[in-house]
Amino acid sequence: MAAPQTTSPVTLHVNGVAHRRELDHRTTVLDALREHLGLTGAKKGCDHAQCGACTVLVDGRRANSCLLLAVAHDGAEITTVEGLADGDDLHPLQAAFLEHDGFQCGYCTPGQICSAVGMIAEAGEGAPSHVTPLAAGPPGVPVPLSPDEIRERMSGNLCRCGAYVNIVAAIGDVTR
Amino acid sequence: MKAFAYTRADDVDGAIAALAASPGGMFLGGGTNLVDLMKLGVASPGLLVDVSRLPLTEIEETPDGGLRIGAGVRNSDLAAHPAVRARYPALSQAVLAGASGQIRNTATTGGNLLQRTRCLYFQDVGKPCNKRVPGSGCPAREGVHRDLAVLGHSAQCVATHPSDMAVALAALDAVVELRGPGGERTVPLCDFHRLPGDEPERDTVVEPAELVLAVRLPAPPAGRSAYRKARDRSSYAFALASVAAALDVRAGRVADVRLAFGGLAHKPWRARVAEGTLRGAPATEESFAEAAEAELAAAEPLRDNAFKVRLARNLAVRVLAGLAAPGEEETGS
Ligand SMILES: Cc1cc2nc3c(=O)[nH]c(=O)nc-3n(C[C@H](O)[C@H](O)[C@H](O)COP(=O)(O)OP(=O)(O)OC[C@H]3O[C@@H](n4cnc5c(N)ncnc54)[C@H](O)[C@@H]3O)c2cc1C
Ligand code: SF4
Ligand code: FES
Ligand code: FES
Repeated sequence: MAAPQTTSPVTLHVNGVAHRRELDHRTTVLDALREHLGLTGAKKGCDHAQCGACTVLVDGRRANSCLLLAVAHDGAEITTVEGLADGDDLHPLQAAFLEHDGFQCGYCTPGQICSAVGMIAEAGEGAPSHVTPLAAGPPGVPVPLSPDEIRERMSGNLCRCGAYVNIVAAIGDVTR
Repeated sequence: MKAFAYTRADDVDGAIAALAASPGGMFLGGGTNLVDLMKLGVASPGLLVDVSRLPLTEIEETPDGGLRIGAGVRNSDLAAHPAVRARYPALSQAVLAGASGQIRNTATTGGNLLQRTRCLYFQDVGKPCNKRVPGSGCPAREGVHRDLAVLGHSAQCVATHPSDMAVALAALDAVVELRGPGGERTVPLCDFHRLPGDEPERDTVVEPAELVLAVRLPAPPAGRSAYRKARDRSSYAFALASVAAALDVRAGRVADVRLAFGGLAHKPWRARVAEGTLRGAPATEESFAEAAEAELAAAEPLRDNAFKVRLARNLAVRVLAGLAAPGEEETGS
């Protein structure tokens, strides 16, 4: 019997550019970005979906790229922190993080910013969180992002420097 | 991680056939638990059959007034679905009480049901563990077990099932639709997960190469439902104890009640003793406490987790009292 195939050709559309590589099936989207495509914006903190440093947008939704197998995401549209700015014009969240000092060492920041982009879109579509009152709605109506909503919805992004107060302020600024 | 083959099936039967032909293989949903366990060396499938793109991603109304939730529906889509939110609030709240926004975007309904315990020893291949290596022993019984079971555990294993979603599904009388090489069958959610007994390596009744197709909810119970979770942090932590309940009060008495506990056992714990005590009883905090205590009388806490019994009792009283007092805002927090 032939040895089983343990690599496959995978196409990832990253920040609008298609990349095709032959990848070992064990390769995560995070490792594909960092080790194979030279995009080191998404960070590896825990490698177990516990810290959020690797958060990117996959087909428009935020996800922990450290637990996504690249082969299972063949054909996906991925946006990393490198893809948010428009030339020299920072994305409003990037500008707000600078303005509000939403970081100290900066390691968690790309994940925080990508997560916030996804989170704002989710709330904009009316997706509830654990702290959204059940009576809220009707469905599809944006959920207002109070500081409590921001904290709950961003709880998958840890910051070892404890810059949370300014992170919440930066996100709050953009959503007001 | 060991190298593995990968295939993406085009249809349900193709997925089942691919796995049936490859005994060392596993289905891949969102991968948020399986890929994690593969990195830890706890799981080492020779083949992954990716089922995340199968056409199992719809939530449909059923003729009996219930819902059919496809196994591939993402946790975030389940929680946000208007019919789930309006008619099964306990389910929406339970899903939103679990994991993080990112993980819920990736995790699937089928994968959530089949996620494995968070017992530290299970996740550490350097340690013995009867669930991972049958017969190797259970260090948790004398070791770190603060987060583990107080009900229904065995000499072989004291692990808990970590899913929040499954606790709400247990209270709501959900049924799991399965298809395997031998055909289709349905299993009530309450019988889907097992107690450890002397086979702790088996979490559920799922047979090899059986695929979860969907979870079916019957028409919502009369009255209201809610889910509440106690944990070490206010967000992004597994349950120490949790409660899902549905309550129908008529003229001050309990007309109907469904109650399930999470975080206490190897499976979602449907509290039939408490339900029996409560039917017909006055809808008061005293009755709720009495019923919870009757259920939890069976608890056999370990050295460091006796606090869970009291915690679960108090949670049950809070949730039932909240459901009995209409008009109160419930967010699940
Ligand atoms: C940091 C962190 C925190 C978390 N916190 C919580 C929490 O608080 N509460 C909670 O409930 N959960 C929590 N989770 C767990 C999370 O909910 C599960 O990982 C997730 O639901 C699994 O779904 P998945 O689709 O990613 O499954 P996968 O990882 O793809 O699969 C899990 C298992 O299910 C099998 N499988 C998948 N789909 C099917 C199918 N259709 N039929 C048959 N078998 C199938 C796989 O073979 C595998 O054995 C947390 C996870 C992480 C990483
Ligand atoms: S409690 Fe169960 S999972 Fe944990 S070490 Fe014991 S046998 Fe293993
Ligand atoms: S690196 Fe992915 S969540 Fe920590
Ligand atoms: S700024 Fe250092 S980890 Fe967040």
